[in-house]
Amino acid sequence: MSAPRQVNPAAAAELFIIQDQIHEPMHDRFLWGAMQRRHAEAAAIPEWEELREIASKIKEHTLTHLDHYLEEFEANATKRGAHVHWAVDATDHNQIVYSILQGHSVKELIKSKSMLQEECQMTPFLEHRGIKVIESDLGERIQQLDDQPPSHIVFPAIHKTRQDVAQLFARTIGTDPNNDDPHFLTEVMRNNARPRFLAAGAGMTGGNFAIAETGTFMVCTNEGNADIGAAVPPLHIASMGIEKMIPRVEDMGVFLRLLARSAEGAPLTQYSSHYTGPRKGGELHIVLVDNGRSRRLGMPDFWHSLKCIRCGACMNTCPVYRRSGGLAYGATYSGPIGVILDPTFDEFKYSELPFHSSLCGSCSEVCPVKIDISDQILKWRRVMAEKGYLPLAKRLSFAVAGHVFAHPAEYQLVEKAAEPAMSYAPHFLMYNHTLNPWIRDRELPRPAKQSFREWYLANRSEHGNVQQ
Amino acid sequence: MEMSNSNRETILRSIRANLPSTGVQHPGIRDFGRPAGALKAMFEQRLKEAGGAAHDVGSVAEAASKLRLLHPDAKVICSAVPEIAGTRRVEKVRDPHELADVDVGVVRAQFGVAESGAVWLTQEELVVDALGFLSQHLIVLLDPKQIVPDMHAAYRRVRLAETAFGCFMMGPSATADVEATLVHGAQGARTLNLFFL
Repeated sequence: MSAPRQVNPAAAAELFIIQDQIHEPMHDRFLWGAMQRRHAEAAAIPEWEELREIASKIKEHTLTHLDHYLEEFEANATKRGAHVHWAVDATDHNQIVYSILQGHSVKELIKSKSMLQEECQMTPFLEHRGIKVIESDLGERIQQLDDQPPSHIVFPAIHKTRQDVAQLFARTIGTDPNNDDPHFLTEVMRNNARPRFLAAGAGMTGGNFAIAETGTFMVCTNEGNADIGAAVPPLHIASMGIEKMIPRVEDMGVFLRLLARSAEGAPLTQYSSHYTGPRKGGELHIVLVDNGRSRRLGMPDFWHSLKCIRCGACMNTCPVYRRSGGLAYGATYSGPIGVILDPTFDEFKYSELPFHSSLCGSCSEVCPVKIDISDQILKWRRVMAEKGYLPLAKRLSFAVAGHVFAHPAEYQLVEKAAEPAMSYAPHFLMYNHTLNPWIRDRELPRPAKQSFREWYLANRSEHGNVQQ
Repeated sequence: MEMSNSNRETILRSIRANLPSTGVQHPGIRDFGRPAGALKAMFEQRLKEAGGAAHDVGSVAEAASKLRLLHPDAKVICSAVPEIAGTRRVEKVRDPHELADVDVGVVRAQFGVAESGAVWLTQEELVVDALGFLSQHLIVLLDPKQIVPDMHAAYRRVRLAETAFGCFMMGPSATADVEATLVHGAQGARTLNLFFL
């Protein structure tokens, strides 16, 4: 097996930005729009910040008693007639799903959106074994037809224009390539999906939350696609990470008030569906998946990332994500949450991701479960530096910076030298895209006439004992 | 399954070995104290924002004529409520696939939630879950006295342990997956009209 190569998000982001004048500004605008709707919804709830704090604490409580709640969930779900399976890793998960399908002679599976199933690479696994897998969420189906992974955990095809989708449907479904009306395109997919729902031998969903108290899991969608998949075929398989546990039914009120508001600025998704055991005449299997999560629980700096409820607010607010597009991260999870999740799967492959951030901290501010995302990004940078995974350019410049910051006299010298350099350096040098791709379209701040140290000595030195 | 059992032990053992050293207490959820009254108006406004519409109907007869007015071309009206006969009774449906041709589904919700405009529907009201999702259009009946203020109150009212399926349904099916443009009727119901009855 060849060694996995490091992903290069900055280079991929640059391609997204320079492809034309349309995609990147559109992407930026749509996600910022979702963020503004989120802010309006949050501002309308007086106890919003308190809800975030409660949600954070409930998740921490559950995660620090995870074994207990998993056992409680399993006992209650089993009592209600569900079959509960446990998967140690991705292959295990895929194998379990395949065995269930095989046991029912299922040839066609209709599934709703699931980041876990993406993480496990389930679809190629099943298709390789002769099972046809159809995504039923519109955005996911667009991405599946285009042979791309989702670029956003809530809006999978948000990086595509309506023309892109019209062309794709023309190529794959045979519709008019010039009709790019979103209403038309949505109708095409509705009519395309209906026969699949009716023909599928099994429906598959993920799970947004699992309630230990009752053995219930719940799924949120706007399209109702998960519900059709669960309600029509005789067999329903749901897989979810072990971190989805919630202790009690009452706790759900907190999470559902936060989730859709954070994700898209709506009070709820159109459908918030709760499954407790199989429906009348149906069969239900639940696969609980570890795939590195229990190990992450033991990482003092990083276990809080397990609190994530996959709303995508950190992505929508992130200035780097909005300009990069999700595919630039080259990983299952993109944006700030991806930056801190992906390295837990493969530190070397994703060693560049923690540097794909401005560390502005906005992600931590909007996270509905108060994950310290930006702090974790910084901590991952330290991990990558200690492991020696930094690319040469960063290693050298960081080494110089480290030396300079450790020696105050040299810092002052460098600072004085940099001032005129920044003021007078030719624009083409400061804004060289090859040397620094991030500089495109971004103006550096004007250097101050006076350094902070000079200002302090002139104005405040009588209060302190400043060594000259 | 033997493999599954050993997987279970492997995962639980790994969790126990990795549990953070200090357990965090459950914070409890205080009562956020919502003022009563005006719940119906708030519910109607939120339902409208979610793409649905609420109608005051004075009687069963008015409900039936309103249904015809809203869906004049409907051929198959599948009803799960005693008030509206429809052209097909959902109790007679044996297999959810039989609902593929339903133009209008009619169901009564247990209660509504003012802060979202969502209604709570369970397997008991739907009889066949698919009625809520395969029907091209939905008519939902709701007693206007059965509106709770928010999701905290809503979750105090649901009985998850007593039903295999329950859904907070907020208006019709929707998507914004193409250029963030809102379109109704992605996979589930194209329209949702709610009758206060």
